[in-house]
Amino acid sequence: MPYKAVVETLPVQLAAGEGPDIARVTDLGGLNKYYLDLTPHLSAARQKHWNDNFASTLPWFRAGPADKGVYGLMSQLTVTGLYVNKTLFDQAKVPMPGDKASWDDWIAAADKVAKATKVPFAMAMDRSGHRFAPLAVAHGAKIFDDKGVPVVDAGYQAAAKKFIDWHKNGLMPKEVWGGVGGSQYRDAFEEFANGRVVAYYSGSWQLKRMDTQVTKAFDWTVASAPCGPAACTAMPGGAAFVALKRTKQPALAAKFLDFLAEDANYKELMAKTENIPASASVAKAGVTYQVSPMARTALNAFVADVPKIAKPNFELQGYRFNRAVFLPTAQRLGQAAAGEMSADDALKRLAADIDEQVKAASK
Amino acid sequence: MQTHRSTPWLFLAPNLVIFGVFTFLPIAINFYYAFTGGVNLYPNDRPWVGTENLATLLDCGSYFDPGSCRRDLFWRAVWNTAQYSLFQVGLMILFSLITALVLNRKIIGRGLWRGVYFYPVLLSPVVVALIWKWILQREGVLNGVVTALGHEPTLWLAEPGWAFFWVVFVGIWAHMGFYTLILLAGLQAIPADLYEAAQLDRASPWRSLTKITLPLLMPNLLVVLVLAAIKAVQTFDEVFVLTGGGPGSATTFIVQFIYQTGFQEQVRLYGLAAAGSLLLAVALIVLTLIQLKATSAGSAGERAK
Repeated sequence: MPYKAVVETLPVQLAAGEGPDIARVTDLGGLNKYYLDLTPHLSAARQKHWNDNFASTLPWFRAGPADKGVYGLMSQLTVTGLYVNKTLFDQAKVPMPGDKASWDDWIAAADKVAKATKVPFAMAMDRSGHRFAPLAVAHGAKIFDDKGVPVVDAGYQAAAKKFIDWHKNGLMPKEVWGGVGGSQYRDAFEEFANGRVVAYYSGSWQLKRMDTQVTKAFDWTVASAPCGPAACTAMPGGAAFVALKRTKQPALAAKFLDFLAEDANYKELMAKTENIPASASVAKAGVTYQVSPMARTALNAFVADVPKIAKPNFELQGYRFNRAVFLPTAQRLGQAAAGEMSADDALKRLAADIDEQVKAASK
Repeated sequence: MQTHRSTPWLFLAPNLVIFGVFTFLPIAINFYYAFTGGVNLYPNDRPWVGTENLATLLDCGSYFDPGSCRRDLFWRAVWNTAQYSLFQVGLMILFSLITALVLNRKIIGRGLWRGVYFYPVLLSPVVVALIWKWILQREGVLNGVVTALGHEPTLWLAEPGWAFFWVVFVGIWAHMGFYTLILLAGLQAIPADLYEAAQLDRASPWRSLTKITLPLLMPNLLVVLVLAAIKAVQTFDEVFVLTGGGPGSATTFIVQFIYQTGFQEQVRLYGLAAAGSLLLAVALIVLTLIQLKATSAGSAGERAK
């Protein structure tokens, strides 16, 4: 089933009382009302196992702080990060910025490399509000106000203006964010793989693709989470298996998910799918990945970024209506990148869109 | 033999049921959704909001400036659709007419040419869009030719003006075969003796075209005009695959706005999408009434002659 179906068709199916017994979802909190709570089907020991080992991700599935249910198993814990074309840096003889390098340092260095090697653009970022969030938080965005309502604050605005300027100044390719309409997702993997950009902001889910399609063409690496005035941070995310309330076999569905959550099985799942484990015990024991040395180094860089993830990024990922922030961000910043509206107008519209969506969702 | 009064209804019933379930029922549901709010799918869970959704869509400082509208994307989509319809329909009818006139002459390989022009109509809109996407993307065929000629490649689908041009172009390429066929049928129905009489009177080809062909082809042209206009207003799939509505919102049309609002966002505003559908329906009804009026006027004119 394509990702688009998971995002667009499954919610409509569920709202209509249809759908599968178990689903793989990415809108973790938004679909909460359809989830089956596994707790009644788990023994006390297994409940403890889930609560101890998946403590950081279980809240992402819940309706709110009062909800203590066990709803889903992360099949894929992801972290965003910056892929860098190392071969181009070597050719340009430009030193690669260090671990504490800022977004500005990276874009400046990548620009130097691009000019020296005649590559069209310094950097690209997937067209997604999720990918933009670490840049915003690094520049001081708090994402939520005191009441827990999402806001387009000064930090978000500063990051957005900088981001739009990068497009205007030709540092980023216009066709990724400005090239499509609406809030549609578009990744910039092809731009990076074809050597059209020096650096590419995406995430750990691209590792396998990177290893199989890019490693043979040039050397690449993953930089440490880029910094801003407020933080060096990344965005967590991922996909998860959830059992759905509508299932006629709740015990079996719970048993299957519990089977996957057992340490040995989860460890194997992570090793085979080359993903970062969400389970604390599996992460502590370590996973042996059968990947190239380059991919292994990259995987370690992503794992090392996990503790750096700033609180607003974690909160945003766990927010029920996080896509009400992500999608309008892609839409409005995309319009500004395309030159259709000014950065100020885009930000005003973005704030109004988020506000309207959050209000409508709570009706 | 006497037919029982209920017999016709018996034959009509299956189609009426299908029509009722898949056409009338959705229309009724659409009306209900347009006047309710919230994000719930089930009608019972949706609060009645009256004309709030319509008011939201129509809330504008000036309808000519989408930036002044509360729902700026809707009005951008409205104006994009209007511009698209104007250019695509106007140019498509012109090219269809020229093609039909050429194909109506005794030219070599006439059957082949008719097939060539009609073949895009047989393709799925998604296939059409993908073919042109491969041609027009940055590393596409067209830029390959442009680069080979020593020029810089152009972002055909990322520059608003070019993207709009190509959307219109592809719309014409994909559909003109169908309308050419209608016009060709109309041309073949014009009696040949009229042209022979014109030749005897030494009428120029231009005079034959303006005084014989176009007037007698007018009913077909009107049908083509209205069918093409309705189709243009409903445009979605080809453009959605080709440009995704971008760059920015340069090629976002009304149907994409409705789809995006109702199904693509996390917070699905079904009411707003349904209200947009109602406004689209109003536009289509107006176009259809114009067609009916024009067709009946055309027929009356013909009878009067």
